[in-house]
Amino acid sequence: MSTTMPARIIMSEAAPAADGAVERQLGTAEILWNSGFVRKTVIIVVLALVWEIYARILDNPLLFPTFSDTVTTLWQQTIDGTIPSRALSSIKVLLMGYVAGILLAATLTMLAISTRIGTDFLETMTAMFNPLPAIALLPLALIWFGLGNGSLVFVLVHSVLWAVALNTHSGFRGVSNTLRMVGRNYGLKGLPYVTKILIPAAFPSILTGLKIGWAFAWRTLIAAELVFGVSSGAGGLGWFIFENRNLLDIPAVFAGLLTVIIIGLVVENLIFRTLERRTVQKWGLQH
Amino acid sequence: MSPLLDVRGVTLRYKTPNVLVTATERVSFRVDTSDRFVLLGPSGCGKSTLLKAVGGYLHPSEGEIRIKDRVVKEPGADRMMVFQEFDQLLPWKTVLENVTFPLLNARKMSRRDAEERARAYIEKVGLTRAIDSYPHTLSGGMKQRVAIARGMAMEPDILLMDEPFAALDALTRRTCQDELLQLWEETKFTVLFVTHSIAEAIKIGNRILLLSPHPGRVKAEVRDVDKVSSQDGSAGQLEQQIHDLLFADEPAHH
Repeated sequence: MSTTMPARIIMSEAAPAADGAVERQLGTAEILWNSGFVRKTVIIVVLALVWEIYARILDNPLLFPTFSDTVTTLWQQTIDGTIPSRALSSIKVLLMGYVAGILLAATLTMLAISTRIGTDFLETMTAMFNPLPAIALLPLALIWFGLGNGSLVFVLVHSVLWAVALNTHSGFRGVSNTLRMVGRNYGLKGLPYVTKILIPAAFPSILTGLKIGWAFAWRTLIAAELVFGVSSGAGGLGWFIFENRNLLDIPAVFAGLLTVIIIGLVVENLIFRTLERRTVQKWGLQH
Repeated sequence: MSPLLDVRGVTLRYKTPNVLVTATERVSFRVDTSDRFVLLGPSGCGKSTLLKAVGGYLHPSEGEIRIKDRVVKEPGADRMMVFQEFDQLLPWKTVLENVTFPLLNARKMSRRDAEERARAYIEKVGLTRAIDSYPHTLSGGMKQRVAIARGMAMEPDILLMDEPFAALDALTRRTCQDELLQLWEETKFTVLFVTHSIAEAIKIGNRILLLSPHPGRVKAEVRDVDKVSSQDGSAGQLEQQIHDLLFADEPAHH
């Protein structure tokens, strides 16, 4: 550097931060309000209050039981084991259909990413069957598989398969070219390439597919159980609701509905939310 | 002695839905061990396409590419790529896991050896304190450093860098360039570096291949680039010369 540099550098003196701290601890109330769980709980409590007040004003337990009546019935039927056994039999059938649907979806998607005709097949099939409500196949399923779990599993597979396959496939196609090139740079091919690069990279879409598939399956199952419920002596939750309506035990109907909602919430908020937090949120793929 | 990388009369073509584009035409060059070889040219000269062909992602329709006398047929871990894009790190893996992943999968190293080597290279790029972070928490410059550490940890025959600093801000880019040279001083790895910045080419390279666009052809090769210095102004002169050469037959419409 030459000694005759025309520009001059004037150093500034180091000053302490204005209020002495760069970070400030948030108050307890603020931390609680920032938690989505707390805010949603507040909403649920308010809704329950509105329900209770409205039902008391209406004063017609046959049409609209109060929240407290519903909860009492729910509690009693839970204690005596009715609701748990009904819920369990629903969940068992659901899991069978869900797992079978996912396995089929995985097979279809594998075919779709490895061959062009497989892609066309998947696209045609999803275009045809995705708009068809699974429950519409129930009459047919009853003829094919009879009154039993076979029919339920069949409609469940149908409700899960297309949603999961569609999302997984679009997830695979959305994997960036750079990541694909990185994977191939490591010499990954075939199945290791799919499991180590494509599946984790497409995981946000896969998870969305699993969530949608679960929601479809749960709805389809309850609806199907309303049509026919009892197989081998143990009906599911849908049948429980139907049965109690026939007995005009409306608080029990509400208790059944509430159970359907609670199970839905638990799966959505505990299982899927936890899965999301541990994967896509931790990886910064979703906020 | 045969060169480390031998690119002989390589013509690269790729199809768009309507036309067949010739990216490069009969390009030849040789890279020796410990070269910092820069491919320089304006956009459309096929320098990135050429690099991808060396990476094994594209096949020459004419000529051949040899690395250590083996013909390049497909991508492989003997030629590690560093891309321009920040999403080249696997987002589901931490910095350490990103660096160990290819060591475990392509080099089949034991987990202990892989981690040990990965830690050493992460330290070299100065990211030890971010070793357990996920990529989305890192800045652009840090991500590129991880990608460089990942490439170097594999100790490949050649490191292929596709404008790795182009998406960085000017200050970070300078730091990264200095660090890359520092790393080269320590390990003398061979690197094939693509850039469209003449200044960057002069700073990084010891040899520069100038390519002209549409289609990409070799215009000239600059040797002993590391002999010039920015102190006595010779680097500036070289920059001007290269600029004049690259844009010599450019029509004067802009």
